[in-house]
Amino acid sequence: MTRADFYRRDRSQHPVPLSPGYKSTVLRAPLRPLHSVEQSALERSGPALGNTALGPLDHDLIRNAAQGGDALGERIYVFGQVLDENARPVPNALIEIWQANAAGRYAHVKDGYLAPLDPNFSGCGRCVSDGEGRYLFRTIKPGPYPWPNNGSDWRPAHIHLSIFGEAFAQRLVTQLYFEGDPLIPLCPIVNTIPDPAAIDRLVARLDMRNQEPFDCLAYRFDIVLRGRRQTHFETRPEGA
Amino acid sequence: MMIDRLKETPSQTAGPYVHIGTAPQSIGRPPLAGQPGPRVEAEGERIVIEGTVFDGAGAPLRDAMLEIWQADNSGRVGANGLFARCLADFDTGRYRFETVRPGPHREGQPAHVALLIFARGINLHLHTRIHFPEDRERVVADPDLRRLEPEARETLIATQEAPGHYRFDIHLQGANETVFFDI
Ligand SMILES: [Fe+3]
Repeated sequence: MTRADFYRRDRSQHPVPLSPGYKSTVLRAPLRPLHSVEQSALERSGPALGNTALGPLDHDLIRNAAQGGDALGERIYVFGQVLDENARPVPNALIEIWQANAAGRYAHVKDGYLAPLDPNFSGCGRCVSDGEGRYLFRTIKPGPYPWPNNGSDWRPAHIHLSIFGEAFAQRLVTQLYFEGDPLIPLCPIVNTIPDPAAIDRLVARLDMRNQEPFDCLAYRFDIVLRGRRQTHFETRPEGA
Repeated sequence: MMIDRLKETPSQTAGPYVHIGTAPQSIGRPPLAGQPGPRVEAEGERIVIEGTVFDGAGAPLRDAMLEIWQADNSGRVGANGLFARCLADFDTGRYRFETVRPGPHREGQPAHVALLIFARGINLHLHTRIHFPEDRERVVADPDLRRLEPEARETLIATQEAPGHYRFDIHLQGANETVFFDI
């Protein structure tokens, strides 16, 4: 059976490819219009990476690289629900994340920022959404860091996310930010997104009800992937 | 019945440190169990697809992540589809997939491999298709690709360097700018 197409990607909700304020886009953004084609069976399906057998600490960045102690920093949960544009939960979605440590330094050979590494933190995590599309990470809040763009620009605290839903058409890589961070409106990468309401949807919300008392704060971040077109066939009541 | 659709979460660049979360073995850390790499294990004729992503100044992208998704050797997708992920080489920018030749697609399309490109400076991943030079006539006749100028269509066809060994370079800008799709 051929499954339904996905809604066209609403590019007004995404960053502008050529955004000179973010200098790396100048030589890397394609300049010709994208070529519109029918979605094929390839794009309507995707790898079942949600079936990957994960390690028990893959979602716990406080412990998953520990060398005898917890990672340093503000202990947080990052959690939420993966939905599609039809507001249906997306179960079995693979979410991979990477982030800087509490001082703003990445455990990466190419990061030369002077802030210290944390021997108990690698900044790598992953999890799979459950039957209701819910996911949870435990980590530390990453620090902001400077980068050479317009002189020394500063990235707001952020976590990078890579998400696989059920189809290749839903593939998404993004970054989440933290409510109340004054660096968000100053960030050239954030500002590649023209729509302020779209930027707001990348901001994780402090959620005091879901804190772990005397342990962890909690930030909620819901993720919306593309949804399939509703066909009359699908919505016709049984027996009609 | 009309319902209020949610809006897709906006994309942001993968940035230069994508390796940490998607291929820790590429920066000297232990690999994660089951995490996809650049080699597909499946039945079929083994092929290699390699190449380089070039920016508008002709410099190779040394920090790109590429992902492929294709039919298996009998043309089946869905649960039988094949996926692989490759991080560009830090020194040369080269990527290299070892996979199997995809079987003929059911929809009358020439066999192809869907390719996604993520990198610093790419705000929303790019989507293109790798076709095989043996299928050139079908590529030319494909209803989706017929509308392209011949030179542009040529950017979607790999070059055979040896039997079963294909080169597919990607040009983000310039006279040879690769065709990217709005899927
Ligand atoms: Fe970052």
